Amino acid sequence: MVSAGWVERIKESSSEAKVLPGILRPGAYFFNGDEAAAEGAIAANGRFFAAYPITPATEIAERCAARFPECGGMFIQMEDELAAMNCILGAAWAGAKALTSTSGPGFSLMMENLGLGIMLETPVVLANVQRAGPSTGLPTSVGQQDMMQARWGSHGDYEIIALCPDSPQECFDLMIRAFNLSEQFRTPVLLMSDETIGHMTEKVIIPPAEEIELVPRRYTRAAPGDYWPYVPDEDLVPPMARAGTGYRYHVTGLTHDHRGYPDLDAEGQHQLLWRLKNKILQNQKKILSFEMARMDDAEVCLLAYGCSSRVARSVMELARERGIRAGLLRLITVWPFPDDLVRDVAGRVKAIIVPEINLGQIVREVERAARGRTKVVSVPHAGGGLHTEPAVLQVIEEALR
Amino acid sequence: MVQRVMKAAGRDVQEIRFCGFGGQGVILAGYITGKAAAIIEGRHATLTRSFGPESRGGACSAAVILADQRIAYPFLHKQDVLVAMSQAAYVEHIGQLVPGGILITEKDLVTVENPRQDIRSYAVPATRLAEELGRKLVLNIVMLGFFTCVSRVVDPESMRKAIQSSVPAGTEDLNLQAFNKGYAFGLEHGVNG
Amino acid sequence: MNPETPKKGTDGGDELPGSDGHPMDRILRMDRMPHIWCPGCGLGTTVSCFALAVNECGIDYDKLCVVSGIGCTGRAAGYLRLDGYHTTHGRAIPFATGLHLANPDLKVVVISGDGDLSAIGGNHLIHAARRNLNLVVICVNNFIYGMTGGQVAPTTPEGMKATTSPFGCLEHPFNLPYLASSSGATLVARWTTLDVRQMVNTFKKAFMKKGFSFIEVISPCPELYMRRNKLGDGLAMMKRFQSDRLVKHGADPKEADLGATGKILVGEFVNLDRSTYADAYFRMVSQLAEAKSVRKEEAKPGGKSPAQAGAKAPEAVGEPKAKPRPAEGDREGRGPEKKAAGTPAVATSPP
Repeated sequence: MVSAGWVERIKESSSEAKVLPGILRPGAYFFNGDEAAAEGAIAANGRFFAAYPITPATEIAERCAARFPECGGMFIQMEDELAAMNCILGAAWAGAKALTSTSGPGFSLMMENLGLGIMLETPVVLANVQRAGPSTGLPTSVGQQDMMQARWGSHGDYEIIALCPDSPQECFDLMIRAFNLSEQFRTPVLLMSDETIGHMTEKVIIPPAEEIELVPRRYTRAAPGDYWPYVPDEDLVPPMARAGTGYRYHVTGLTHDHRGYPDLDAEGQHQLLWRLKNKILQNQKKILSFEMARMDDAEVCLLAYGCSSRVARSVMELARERGIRAGLLRLITVWPFPDDLVRDVAGRVKAIIVPEINLGQIVREVERAARGRTKVVSVPHAGGGLHTEPAVLQVIEEALR
Repeated sequence: MVQRVMKAAGRDVQEIRFCGFGGQGVILAGYITGKAAAIIEGRHATLTRSFGPESRGGACSAAVILADQRIAYPFLHKQDVLVAMSQAAYVEHIGQLVPGGILITEKDLVTVENPRQDIRSYAVPATRLAEELGRKLVLNIVMLGFFTCVSRVVDPESMRKAIQSSVPAGTEDLNLQAFNKGYAFGLEHGVNG
Repeated sequence: MNPETPKKGTDGGDELPGSDGHPMDRILRMDRMPHIWCPGCGLGTTVSCFALAVNECGIDYDKLCVVSGIGCTGRAAGYLRLDGYHTTHGRAIPFATGLHLANPDLKVVVISGDGDLSAIGGNHLIHAARRNLNLVVICVNNFIYGMTGGQVAPTTPEGMKATTSPFGCLEHPFNLPYLASSSGATLVARWTTLDVRQMVNTFKKAFMKKGFSFIEVISPCPELYMRRNKLGDGLAMMKRFQSDRLVKHGADPKEADLGATGKILVGEFVNLDRSTYADAYFRMVSQLAEAKSVRKEEAKPGGKSPAQAGAKAPEAVGEPKAKPRPAEGDREGRGPEKKAAGTPAVATSPP
């Protein structure tokens, strides 16, 4: 009795604009970031989960293992992250809204088929709960060291969308947004969480289902026989066709033409690569999201993302208490990088301070975007914990001196 | 609602650490406290935790911040209340307890040498009280009852609601009894401590 | 962009540009011919057998998906007029796993080579067999990495030369039917490209089978394996097949070792039934749903009280100032929600 309806719901989960049954009752919950991310996936009609367990992302897999069967979803623990990433690509082509979760070492393994997802233009979500590396590093401690890997980790040249939550609430909210963006632009989207956010527990409000907006997959309206898989709409995004619906299309990780057939010359490569890049860049305004706090009169800007933005917010208040007009620019969309926004801010402040739990990754983008208009100061941290507030405050004071 | 001791002292942020070893329910104690404040009372709370690689027996700590405003930095700056359920945890964390702070130890598991004079200090025979209920395992909830009574950071009724929705099905009554026992012990021995 | 649209056939879009009305046109992408495979190679035969089997067994083309990895065999997915996915090296099986589990109504077939499936993809092969996923894996074994110019493979017989074993292969090759069967595959067979009729029959059997099917097809690689090892041309290999192959249905796959010379054991070695991952998952979902409806029944007035039934007050209590809304759908604050805390429940384990 359950099975028939169950099958229908998985492969049609991508077609629904309404939230499917299975979402938690609206209300306030006390969730850690990983649990909230899993619930966000369910709220977004995510109905296919494949992953390999890894600290500190395991709680996402555990919650999905418990929740997906009762939501009409499929859960499978794969043999490794290479398999997990590929498995969700296959599931997406079958019509599912699919996701995986991992952390650093697994993120490295997923890079291969993140590239396939980009090349095949497959809407999926990959949640990376970042820990400190390199290699096994600090399995249970925080890092933000995969930010450049998120951008450039798979070989070849491409654009990627990456969102950084700063709270369990945002793990829920941004998971939904990640799914929406993946469907809108037919591309894998990264939810770049971190160990601090993933493991901290806080109030999470689950809104009523009717208040959640979902972007259904853009399926072709062409008849079978009139359809090629890579003929883009005006926004450069091509409509999809679900496996098993008679379109009988071919897709390949090779450079291909609009038919999905290999097209192995420089001109074919030029056409495909630029379209893949431009479908993101031309739509950047729809993807960009950020938060500004007390930036109106700011003389110095703290630019941060993820868990580091919590420290930055605290430092901003401390600085204000000391008479320093500090403001906060919190990047929620880190990739594609908001060049224009940062350039604008750079023209208004004496310095941009960039605390991040790595030895200086996003600060390079800030420097590039600022184009010398202001002083850009990195506040590196090797990982294993958050910055202390006095340490960041001191950097601000020195920068303004 | 019970007047909050910390609030009365002019502060609207309370930082609390529950610590002991793995298997004692340290994290659950912190979880219930945070949930009572954030979900039942509608304040703000963060729970962070740390533990070793061992499932049982390793050092374990739950840090809870309660506030009326959004909490930015999620880790403790200091400790207003320290609830220690093992000697090692007590030794590690007693130094960070603020003057005027509250120390609650499990009487049989923690020996307080050179007691600090600038804090309020309580020793609770939580294991024995739990044993009287027939389940030694609920010592964490007994501690929670006592903690609620003497710290007054969260309303006891909120704590009861949080316990009911957090413990395994079928153990609600037992855990409420444990909470009440700890709370009563606090009324008897603690409030003027 | 204004691409030419595919030409529609009289039978509902089955003909493509370049079609001359051959029966195989229904399943081959004639607009992609000629294929890239060398004269004497067994891949054309294998794909023909696949197409014959599909036509003969009457399986719905629209529900048949083919997934390939990388290599000469990996190109097979591109020549078949089915939903076809040409994935990354070694990853055809996990991709197929996703297709299959998201829509168990599909029949998903993996066609790939020995290097793709047993070297870089070896881990996926054994786990898919262990899980008994409802997949068909057709592994064309030509003893070499052909597309990249003849490097040594996990199937290259000991002593044979390849560009990366110029003095002879030092390693013992995989016995693929043995690997698949010991990992849990429920249909295991091997044929050579000479055994056209048998191959078609086994393919048909696999398409109808519920469970993990592994079919090894021994195929000549005249250009990169045989010539370097002075084994003659494609015809010479077919002659070897004719003289050396030994048909033994039900043979212990353990005995199916392959050398550069000597007997080639072929046949259907294993054909058994056991529960697939999807079946087990269905059962679990049904049981969960039943248990849930029992709890609901007991919670009704006149039934056992929720407390007696072990049911739980919903965890969400709403914002203090906002009344909790009525339950969404049929979800109760029960089951995994219990573990919402992610906290160890050990401190208060039930009596």
